[in-house]
Amino acid sequence: MNLPVQTEGLTKRYGGLTAVQDLQLTVRAGEVYGFLGPNGAGKTTTLRMLLGLVRPTAGTVRLLGRPPAAGRLTGVGALIEGPAFYPYLSGRDNLRVLARYAGVGADRVALVLDLVDLTDRAGDRYAGYSLGMKQRLGVAAALLKDPRLLILDEPTNGLDPAGMADMRTLIRRLGAAGCTVLVSSHLLGEVEQICDRVGVIARGRLVAEGSVAELRGAAGLRLLADPLDAAAERARELVGAERVRVVDGGLELAVDPDRAAWLNTELVGAGLAVRELRPRERDLEQVFFDLVEKGTADVA
Amino acid sequence: MSRSFRAETVKLVRRPASWLLLAITLVLSLIFTYVFPYAGLAGAADGPNTDRALPALLPDQLVGNSLGGLPVFLGSILLILGVLTVGGEYGWGTWKTVLTQGPTRLEVYAGKLLALAAAALAVVLAVFAVGAVASVLIASAEAQPVTWPTAGDLLTGIGAGWLIATMWAMLGAVLAVALRAVALPVGLGLVWMLAVQNLLAAIAAPLVDWVAKAQEGLPGPNAGSLAAALGAPGDTPGVAATVGGGQAAVVVAAYLVGFAVVGAVLLRRRDIG
Repeated sequence: MNLPVQTEGLTKRYGGLTAVQDLQLTVRAGEVYGFLGPNGAGKTTTLRMLLGLVRPTAGTVRLLGRPPAAGRLTGVGALIEGPAFYPYLSGRDNLRVLARYAGVGADRVALVLDLVDLTDRAGDRYAGYSLGMKQRLGVAAALLKDPRLLILDEPTNGLDPAGMADMRTLIRRLGAAGCTVLVSSHLLGEVEQICDRVGVIARGRLVAEGSVAELRGAAGLRLLADPLDAAAERARELVGAERVRVVDGGLELAVDPDRAAWLNTELVGAGLAVRELRPRERDLEQVFFDLVEKGTADVA
Repeated sequence: MSRSFRAETVKLVRRPASWLLLAITLVLSLIFTYVFPYAGLAGAADGPNTDRALPALLPDQLVGNSLGGLPVFLGSILLILGVLTVGGEYGWGTWKTVLTQGPTRLEVYAGKLLALAAAALAVVLAVFAVGAVASVLIASAEAQPVTWPTAGDLLTGIGAGWLIATMWAMLGAVLAVALRAVALPVGLGLVWMLAVQNLLAAIAAPLVDWVAKAQEGLPGPNAGSLAAALGAPGDTPGVAATVGGGQAAVVVAAYLVGFAVVGAVLLRRRDIG
């Protein structure tokens, strides 16, 4: 299968420091893939290697089936580590210069400016842009070639809440239109909202990969009932002892949340006072910290 | 590569610093080649080259007068232009922006070098044009006949000037790639051109034989020799017939190619930060 992004054993060392180690990353066609990790985890170094800006110490990269170092980045658009443009040119002229490199027409410049809602200020000098406007211009530049694969490094940095929402909508729309998007972020909520699959990187290693639901793990139920001991005993009889845990003055039941009504009926029928019975989801933030902590411990 | 050349040309033309450097080049050329010598001749003021006679300022000396500044002072400005053109991408972090649009590193670099070569030609032509106007004005003021160099001499002079100017621009480019910056390459380049070259020629070469011999292979003395061979005044800093004009042209061309190749190899091999 021809994967838009595929790495094998990707490693980058700077002297004694290993920034990325043995990374196996695969992004499937048409998906929005979240590359999640804390600052300094190796996200940007990985993306730079994907684009051929940084040479791997070991391992291979294939973008749209070709190694990036082999030639031009056809079909790939990218915004890496913040926007960077010529300060003496306007936003529009910056894009026109880039369009010459990319070999695309001026009509694309107008189109992408409109896509990122920057048309009104496109004639202003880049040096006078706010951080959010610079970020939007960066995304516009990434879209110039109408790419099949879009690589965005923290694309909502510097945007106000409305701008962040617009950017997420744009990414989802691109994904829905068939563009494969690899987006790095340290914002869990952002990843949760826009990504089909997530890879978590910590200390240069990919410590987990899957859908947000898979990363959260199996769902279950949270139960508060009186008396707790009797409720725990009855719950063990109903769903099996191995599925019941006493946590923080309540019970956590590893069962399908759809069985809540049946369970409630059984517990009330047994004379127990059920105060709370609700689906239990692991908070993604907690999942993230657990994974990063585990990854860090494994490396150490 | 033509796409990169067009993009680089737009950037160079639209950049205010390019025009500032051109203006400084023309003002320096005009002042030190014509204004001060002519003022000295008229007894109005003392200054560099005031002992030069009127015939040296007339249109038939246009080629030599236009080339005289290129071995050192005007060459320094071309070096700065080379550094700005390549080093600016490091300073603004725009290498990644450009390269992610698709062109290879070498395509972009080649586009830059071609744009620099075109800019160097424009600078040399502008120096010749300003010199032509100034020399005609002096001839008119002094009721002297206006005699131009032959077309062949003019073309040879413009070609030699272009060669020297492009060589210095390439030195700026390779320094920018090697040091991945703007300020340090400009500083080091200027120290070499304005200080080290002069110290070697004025102090070290007369005292140490091997330094004198080495001078024959350095870019500055060969640029100065090429300018001298085409009539540049011998009292201009950096202009001296250290070697013959033919050898000087070959050495300057070799440096031009060498700087370009070294820059390309470094850029291709190293990470883009």
